[in-house]
Amino acid sequence: MNISHHFDDATLMAYASGSMPQGMALLVACHLQWCASCREKVSLNEAVGGTLLERVKPAALDAGALDRLMDRLDEPDVPAAESESVEYADPEVPSPLGSLLGCSLNGLAWRRLGYGVHQYDLGLSGPGATRLLRIAPGVSVPHHGHRGSELTLILRGSYSDELGRFRVGDVADVDAEIDHQPIVDTDQECICLIATDAPLKFSGLVGRLIQPFVRL
Amino acid sequence: MRESETEEDKLIAAAETKVDRDLSDCESWSRCLTRMAQTRDKQLFAQLFSHFGPRLKGYVLRLGVPAAVAEELAQEAMLNVWRKAHLFNADKANASTWIFTLARNLCIDRLRRERVFEYELPAEEADPDERHYGEHAVLEHRMQQAISELPEAQAQVLFLSYYEGKSHSEIAEQLGIPMGSVKSRLRLAFNKLRLLWGEES
Repeated sequence: MNISHHFDDATLMAYASGSMPQGMALLVACHLQWCASCREKVSLNEAVGGTLLERVKPAALDAGALDRLMDRLDEPDVPAAESESVEYADPEVPSPLGSLLGCSLNGLAWRRLGYGVHQYDLGLSGPGATRLLRIAPGVSVPHHGHRGSELTLILRGSYSDELGRFRVGDVADVDAEIDHQPIVDTDQECICLIATDAPLKFSGLVGRLIQPFVRL
Repeated sequence: MRESETEEDKLIAAAETKVDRDLSDCESWSRCLTRMAQTRDKQLFAQLFSHFGPRLKGYVLRLGVPAAVAEELAQEAMLNVWRKAHLFNADKANASTWIFTLARNLCIDRLRRERVFEYELPAEEADPDERHYGEHAVLEHRMQQAISELPEAQAQVLFLSYYEGKSHSEIAEQLGIPMGSVKSRLRLAFNKLRLLWGEES
């Protein structure tokens, strides 16, 4: 995969520090599966975490803690119930996403939003939203800005906007300062995973009109 | 570890600076963890516990949870260290980094009740990032130093992110600065710390 758009370094730091909402962390994990250079940066940021763990002011554990733990070392490890997690292998769907969907992108119950746009909401809890958007060729998402951050990972097709051209594996990492209007730029539909940490802000009349329905 | 020490060795040892001790500590925790994974020796676990247990509790406390919860999570994190030790790879990270990631994931799971999404590495790809125990130790030492030397504004956002688990927007709100400033401070900090990463010992 030829990836030309990566995450902001600050985004990878939030991921490594464990301070990112889960939808965004899911999206980052999906890109990491495809991108060695972002993995390298995450390793560095995790080493920062290790260094900070060494620097933290130690807090004494309860007097009997070690003895109690020593007694538990022979207990068999009961794996945490992973009821929601499913195995699904598909070159188009990185495994963190596959474990949630359990089927192909075509097999999802897409909801039509109009204007050649379909949505599948992953229904993850958190301050923002995590969804898949499926956009028909030639269609553009209404011009919008952001109250918080918006991460986008392309899973199929491509789009172009003020920031450039985004193809499979690329991520767009934008925040409040960026106002953009992506348009699907080939005759193939575009499917992308989008995670936000706050609702989007649409500009223009069309944007304001559809926002109540789209709830992007 | 040397079998027997000559006079000269003793002199050298006596002249060891704190730097060397830090380096050998860091290196020895990674060796200790690797050996524990191989031998399942509980005494090695006790050693790791004495060093990392109180640090893990300190880390969890800073995330803003009650002491009883921090105690429980620190113990559970240590139990994970024992149970998952076979997954530790000293070529990829040192012990403190690996233990940090275990604790981080545990806190995401228990405190935020959120899932931790694991990605798969391409099986056939040789990892370009393999380092030896000693290299990780040098790196950690340099990083300690570099973090101490970060300008206050950058250290502050770094600590809020790692120690308090605050998202960029929460940090922006807390400090009363635009989110763009939070990100640019983190980027500056990252770029300084990254310079170390490229330099091999």
